[in-house]
Parts: sequence; C-alpha cells; structure tokens
Amino acid sequence: MAHILLRHRDIPDIDKLSVYKKNGGFAAYKNAVTKMKPNEVADVVKNSGLRGRGGAGFPTGMKWSFADKNSWPHYIIANGDESEPGTFKDREIMENNPFQFLEGLATGAYATGSNTAYIYLRGEFWQVAEFLDGKIAEMEEAGYLGEKIFGTDFSLRIYTHLGAGAYICGEETALLESLEGRRGQPRVRPPFPPSEGLYGKPTIINNVETFTNVPMILANGADWYKSMGTADSAGVKIFSLSGRVRKPGNYELPFGTTFRQLIYEHGMGVQDGRPIKSIMPAGASSSVIVVDEKVLDTPLDYASVRTFGSELGSASIIVLDDTVEMNWVINKTVHFFKHESCGKCTPCREGTHWMRYLTERIELGDATSADVDLLLNVAKQMQGKCLCALGEFSTMAVVTSIERFADDFKKAVKA
Amino acid sequence: MSLEQKYPEEVKKILAKYPSDFKRSAIMPLLFLAQREEGFVTKEAIKDIAQLADVTETEVVSIIGFYTLYHDKKEGKYRMQVCTDLPCALRGADQFLDKLCENLGIKVGETTEDGVVTLESVQCLASCDRAPMFQTQGPDGIKYHDYMTVDRTMELIEALKGKG
Repeated sequence: MAHILLRHRDIPDIDKLSVYKKNGGFAAYKNAVTKMKPNEVADVVKNSGLRGRGGAGFPTGMKWSFADKNSWPHYIIANGDESEPGTFKDREIMENNPFQFLEGLATGAYATGSNTAYIYLRGEFWQVAEFLDGKIAEMEEAGYLGEKIFGTDFSLRIYTHLGAGAYICGEETALLESLEGRRGQPRVRPPFPPSEGLYGKPTIINNVETFTNVPMILANGADWYKSMGTADSAGVKIFSLSGRVRKPGNYELPFGTTFRQLIYEHGMGVQDGRPIKSIMPAGASSSVIVVDEKVLDTPLDYASVRTFGSELGSASIIVLDDTVEMNWVINKTVHFFKHESCGKCTPCREGTHWMRYLTERIELGDATSADVDLLLNVAKQMQGKCLCALGEFSTMAVVTSIERFADDFKKAVKA
Repeated sequence: MSLEQKYPEEVKKILAKYPSDFKRSAIMPLLFLAQREEGFVTKEAIKDIAQLADVTETEVVSIIGFYTLYHDKKEGKYRMQVCTDLPCALRGADQFLDKLCENLGIKVGETTEDGVVTLESVQCLASCDRAPMFQTQGPDGIKYHDYMTVDRTMELIEALKGKG
C-alpha cells in the first residue's frame, strides 16, 4: 500500500516544493481557505476519526472546535518536541515530507482562526529547524503564507522555536511556558490551552504526525480515512519500532495491524531469533506487557492494547528479548525520568530521586527484597499526585515490572 | 560588544518572531545565539539578553540552569553527547560509550587534553533505530551522527581536531 504520511518513501524528492505540488500538494489547503468555512474544515477532520498522535489520542477535530471564539487572537502550535525514549517518527516526517506537515499545520491554522503558528522543536532538532525555516520561506514566496492568502482575508505566519533539551516540554502546558521564555514546568489545568494557552490566548496544540494526516483527509474525504484502521482508532499510524529487533525503524501501518505482523513481518523478527520477553508499546512510559502468543496476535489500536493493562500511547514499540532483565530496564527508565522531572511537584521530584536510588542499588546487587518492596511502595505513592503525566509515567514500568516479572527481582537481590 | 552589536541581523530576526509585548519568548533563541562562539553563555551575554527580553538577569540564569543544551562554563569546543537511554542501550550504546572513553583516555563528563571534545552521556535523542548514535554540539550548531561505530567516531574526532 502506498504511504499516506511517509510519502517520501514512494515519491522521490517530495521535499521539493515543485514535486510536492505536482503530487497534489497544497490543493487541499487552497480548497479549504477559498471554498470552506473554518468550522467545515474542522468538521471533516472530526468525521474522519483522526485522533492526536502525540500519545493521548484526543479527537483532533473536536479539539479544533474548542478554540474559544470570544477571545482573540488564536494560536496554533505543532508539537515537535519528540522526546519519549522509543519515538522517532516526527523527525522522519519533518526531514523528508516537510510540506505535507506544513500544509496540515497551515490548514489547521485556518480551521482554528489562527494567524500565527509556532513549531516547537526539541533543541536537538537544530538541523530540522534550519531545514523547515527554508521550506517556510519557500511557502511564503509561493503565496501559501503571508497576507491575504489566495486573495482571501486569511493571513498566516509560521515560525520555528527550538527548545533546549527537556522532555517535559512535550507536555503541552510546559511547552507553552517554554515558548513564553520560561522554565518548562506544566501549568495547573483548567484553564486548558484552547481557552487560555499561549500568551493567555486560545491555543490549539497538535503533534507533527497529527497535522501530517490533515491534507490527505481533506483531499480524500473523512470516509476514505475511516475506511482504514479500526472502529476505535481510524486511519494509519507510524509505529516506531526499536529494541532487539532485526530491522528497527518507522512503519506506517493501519491501526489494527497485530504486534506479530509489526515485529516479525516488518521488523524481520528478533535478533538472533530469540523469544520476546516483553514489549513496551508506549516507550519508556509503558506498562510492560508479558508477551505470549495471544498478545502477539492482538491488534495495535488504543482499545486493544488496554485489555492487557498497557497503553498504545505514541506507539513507540520497544521489544525486549529473553536476555533482558527487567530490573535493568527500569533502572534505565527511572534514570531518564529522574533526569527529566521538572521539579515542580514534590511527589515526582522526590519520588524519581528515591526510585533511582533503589533501582541503582538493585542493579549493583546491593539490594534485599525489602528494597524492592520499598521501590514498589514509592512508585505507587507517586501515582495520581502530580500535575502532569510525567510523574505517573515514571512509575508505570516500575510497578508493572515488579508485579509481572517478579522472578527477575528475586534473582537480582541478596537472599 | 553587546550581543545586539555583534549579531544585529540575527537579533532582529529573533525578536520579530514573537509579539512585541512578549519579548521574553526570545530568551531561548537568544541564548543559542550567545553560545555560538564560546560554547557557553558569558556574564555579559546574560545582561544583554535580560535587557533585550525585558526580564531580570536571574530569570535568564534560571533558563540556562533548567535546559540541558545551555551551558554556563567553558568545556570542550565540541560536546559529544551519546544517548544511553533504554532503546539505544538495547543496541549497545553503553559498551560504545565505554569503548570511546577508553580510546580517548577520559571519563564521561571530561574533556580531551587539547580541549576539543567533551564526552557526555545524555537522554533520548529520538534516533532509537540508529543507535549507537550521538550528537555534537559545537560552534556550527547541533549535528546528529547516526549508526556510529567506535572507529568512525575516532575518525570524526580527528577531523574535529583538524578544524582547530
């Protein structure tokens, strides 16, 4: 099947404006701006069933319709902070199919009544920012951005903004703080960004992959999009596959593809032909899955993954084979979250610190079973007590590894 | 010379990105600009940025402290930042970093004697399928180096040294 998002894999040089245009580029945007009302654009997206691809899976069209019409100006932001260990899809989109992403963002700006759009990129994407700046300049020259676009009253500017190394800035209110020149610490919600976001104004924030779907949905219709995927999760998704597989990488597949198809057909199976011990379907934030035949035949969609106590999240699938010890895994993930905790909420700031102390002790072979109990206790006490999801995420792999792979911890501690 | 005198065009371009009554949004891009030459933000630059963004110097310093890509002291000309998070570690990133330390005769966090390379271990860089990998942060910005081997990394380091 031809790609819908990773179209550069089928169409060479689609990152060039002329090639992108030749393949239908900017027709959907032009049609939307010149022939449709903003709410009609949002309705098509709503009817398509497109859900946010950043991890939370919120219906995109519905989010667009939330932008408060009694407060102006509106802003729209593309979240390109991509920092979850195991996720690397947005980088591939922006580096290779930039115009489709930018067209989706511009169309979203029209649908939400925004005249300014920001692309928030993690600071490490320095080269991506330079590249996108060039593409934005080309769009301005071609009349897709600027004043009175296509002779209408709609005007739009797109700017890139680089973060500087902070996972937390992928959380949308921390992203807003960062964009306002502050430390990236999440805000108390409500108010939610569609009513009070950037500079206190209504702001819609979507993931890069989410925007990249939009031109294709508008060009081909909501029903076409809905015909792919499952009833609960419409359309296609880019699955970032990593860990102990032979062929790691991004795979664009319809929702409902099974774990087995993804890992064995696309990822070419596990290194050295070893059995799979566990899968982390949502990167480092995952509840770890105990893998058996039934799990491998489960379709990858939001609802199905939930049935065995995990979440699909951003669909960053890390495969662990039988040589990997779960105490080592959580030492890695906890190190990450300890480093990335923004320090605002005490349970997260202190909790990740103490979890790291304990996972490190287990890893060094100095722990007893009481330390494992204490670790589980600390993790559980953090849950439900933090402003944003980071604190919660840091505990997922810890709790589920101890509960679902108890033997690994028994082996790792002193008698 | 102030930051604005040194880079008038760049400063103007940065300030134009944000509404004129929200200049503090320019702090982060201005910090990247200030780091360009020395690899860290000088005291003078902090003063300049505070003035340009209309905030206190303390607020600028708090941004430098919060974000990992800003630095307040001189290290190697290039920071070599190796990702050792879970997906990279599953593809041998820890062993790769150990070997690199051995070859360079330095520990993680240290700088080579000639001051060219500081070796660091960092969090996820969104390149999990191309590990071992690292980024270099230097005078010419941040660059990704995917699918690396120790040999190819040593060649790169030699080239960076050659650049003087």
